[in-house]
Amino acid sequence: MTTLLYFAWVREMIGKDSETLALPAEAATVAALLDWLATRSPGHAAALADRSRIRVAVDQQFASAETPLTAPREIAIFPPVTGG
Amino acid sequence: MIAARLQQEPFDAAAEQAALTSGRTDLGAAVAFTGLVRADDGLVALTLEHYPAMTLAQLQAIAANAATRWPDTIGTIIHRHGRLLPGDAIVLVTTASPHRAHAFAAASFLMDWLKTKAPFWKREEWADGTTRWVDAKGSDDNAAERWLAKSPSTPP
Repeated sequence: MTTLLYFAWVREMIGKDSETLALPAEAATVAALLDWLATRSPGHAAALADRSRIRVAVDQQFASAETPLTAPREIAIFPPVTGG
Repeated sequence: MIAARLQQEPFDAAAEQAALTSGRTDLGAAVAFTGLVRADDGLVALTLEHYPAMTLAQLQAIAANAATRWPDTIGTIIHRHGRLLPGDAIVLVTTASPHRAHAFAAASFLMDWLKTKAPFWKREEWADGTTRWVDAKGSDDNAAERWLAKSPSTPP
């Protein structure tokens, strides 16, 4: 099982701050995971529609679209950061 | 050593800088930068959300990167989270070094990387109750990336 965490407007559009899911085999990369997640609800689809505005961390390390997913424990999905 | 802290409470920038340089007689320069909440267009509050499991580790990684680039430079990063009001301090970066150029460069680097590599998100709140998530700026990405092209100790 993998815990998915959502932050900022991604959290608001999906309507929850986390969910724990069994990822399908097809979710072999970050990009493939986002494709699959977008099919889960209209909120997921809307939040993930513009991939240029989505950033991902896998097990608390920033990842790219091509990052392979090998039994991740935690995946966070969020907008580009705006701290400082 | 550059220390990093994450907190909801306010900080005392002068006390932090004094603590940083206390007992040292080899330092020739101390720089302190404080980021403040700016009340643009009637903004009433700014809330900083963050990724609790990752934020402090990421602040420490940014600090460690700076310490590698400017080994003679010490510093403190304090980043706040939660709901802040106009005029409140958001972030403190204080550095000290035997050399002015290193203290300035390290402080500038730390802010550029905090803006683009620490998992915080700002939400603006207006008097009528509406809220808006702040969009990331391309100019911040450019500022952060300029450090990748430079040799470690070269100031910008």
